[in-house]
Amino acid sequence: MEISLTVNGDTQSADVEPRTLLVHFLRDQLGLTGTNIGCDTSSCGACTILVDGQSAKSCNLLAVQADGAEITTIEGLAGADGLHPMQQAFHESHALQCGYCTPGMVMASISLVEEYPNLDADGVREGLEGNLCRCTGYQNIVKAVLSVKK
Amino acid sequence: MIPAPVGYIRVDSTEAALAALGEHGDEAKILAGGQSLIPLMRFRLAAPSMLVDIAGITELSGISVVGDTVSIGAMTTHSALEHSGELAEACPLLAHVASVVGDPAIRHRGTLGGSLAHADPASDLPAAVLALGGTLVASGSNGSREIAATEFFTGFLESALGADEMLTGIKVPVSTGGWSYQKFNRRAQDWAIVGAMVAEGGAGVALVNMGATPLRASAVESALAGGASSVEAAASAAEGTEPSSDNNGDAAYRKHLAQVLTGRALRDAGME
Ligand SMILES: Cc1cc2nc3c(=O)[nH]c(=O)nc-3n(C[C@H](O)[C@H](O)[C@H](O)COP(=O)(O)OP(=O)(O)OC[C@H]3O[C@@H](n4cnc5c(N)ncnc54)[C@H](O)[C@@H]3O)c2cc1C
Ligand code: FES
Ligand code: FES
Repeated sequence: MEISLTVNGDTQSADVEPRTLLVHFLRDQLGLTGTNIGCDTSSCGACTILVDGQSAKSCNLLAVQADGAEITTIEGLAGADGLHPMQQAFHESHALQCGYCTPGMVMASISLVEEYPNLDADGVREGLEGNLCRCTGYQNIVKAVLSVKK
Repeated sequence: MIPAPVGYIRVDSTEAALAALGEHGDEAKILAGGQSLIPLMRFRLAAPSMLVDIAGITELSGISVVGDTVSIGAMTTHSALEHSGELAEACPLLAHVASVVGDPAIRHRGTLGGSLAHADPASDLPAAVLALGGTLVASGSNGSREIAATEFFTGFLESALGADEMLTGIKVPVSTGGWSYQKFNRRAQDWAIVGAMVAEGGAGVALVNMGATPLRASAVESALAGGASSVEAAASAAEGTEPSSDNNGDAAYRKHLAQVLTGRALRDAGME
């Protein structure tokens, strides 16, 4: 099926099988391998992207469902003026170790502070419940998100 | 894992969705948010030959309160329920329950209609609609009909919906009496190991994950109606339930949890 969508500001048209998961389309067809795959159960959040500005797990969507949508992946965040504030905060708070969960964490966090502007540390922990990190113990991730909170 | 090959049609009206269901019969499945169906397809536990995507039917999204009734379109997302000021006023239980489903990314895509049609006894929203005494509105080749929530859940992942029918909306009464949802799980984004829901000052009490379907705790409701205290009423919460045993807990543990959580929910809802 023909789909047409905007990915990180660029229009992309492609022919995809309906069963293609959005994450596979992004990684394998568009070469945007910043979005990771960490599980088979839609629970780790490594594949989190923004669909029309809101976080979504790209392993839990079909590419055809994103037809007409505006997608942002980790590759679309940094601009000419440097890192996105959330990326910068992760950098400054040392909110990563191996970095595998990081693209998903950053995307989920951007959506989180938009959706819930008044979060405290508990709220950030709860809000990132769908993103698993095996390394950091979450402490510095929470610190990073709180530092950008609106 | 990658789902089995499947066809896909996107429709922009209920009529077109019904026509597609009629044409493809049992092999077709409605695709709403996909947050339950896609995981099943990835594990090949579901392998429909045709998906009918109803996300483009704009009139199926939205919340309206008229008189004593809250009407919600089937495609309204968990996130829309969670953030609706109107719903928070007219039916705070439902708005709260939507806010504890899965994680934010799931709530952005998952829909009320999808959660009800999926009929998972471990899901949160079906029990809320049950406790509230809600009604489901279905459309099929023979027109539209209303199904009481108490008649809707017929078995594990089974509902009263026919293969040629789809849910278009849900109605619940305006309900501002004492309410609570006690969801017990060990990992934040997970389904409840057991959950207890109290609506309208104890007029409706429902249990999550205590059998093949979401359940009304009728023994608790009648004890309360007969003047029992929250402690006395909660003691009968496991009556008539047949919970499963799994790696989160065995049936006896679930029955114990049902009593404890029902007691907490009743007290949280303001009952003595
Ligand atoms: C990681 C994760 C965690 C989750 N945690 C929870 C949780 O804690 N609590 C909870 O309650 N749920 C949880 N869920 C499930 C989530 O709430 C789903 O969004 C919801 O159950 C299904 O809604 P959907 O719109 O995505 O439906 P879909 O997945 O699109 O559809 C589900 C089923 O319903 C049918 N269907 C959908 N809409 C209609 C309709 N209008 N008419 C007829 N049939 C229809 C489909 O054919 C399919 O069989 C979780 C899901 C994931 C992936
Ligand atoms: S890869 Fe999508 S949630 Fe794990
Ligand atoms: S930094 Fe390694 S998984 Fe999070």
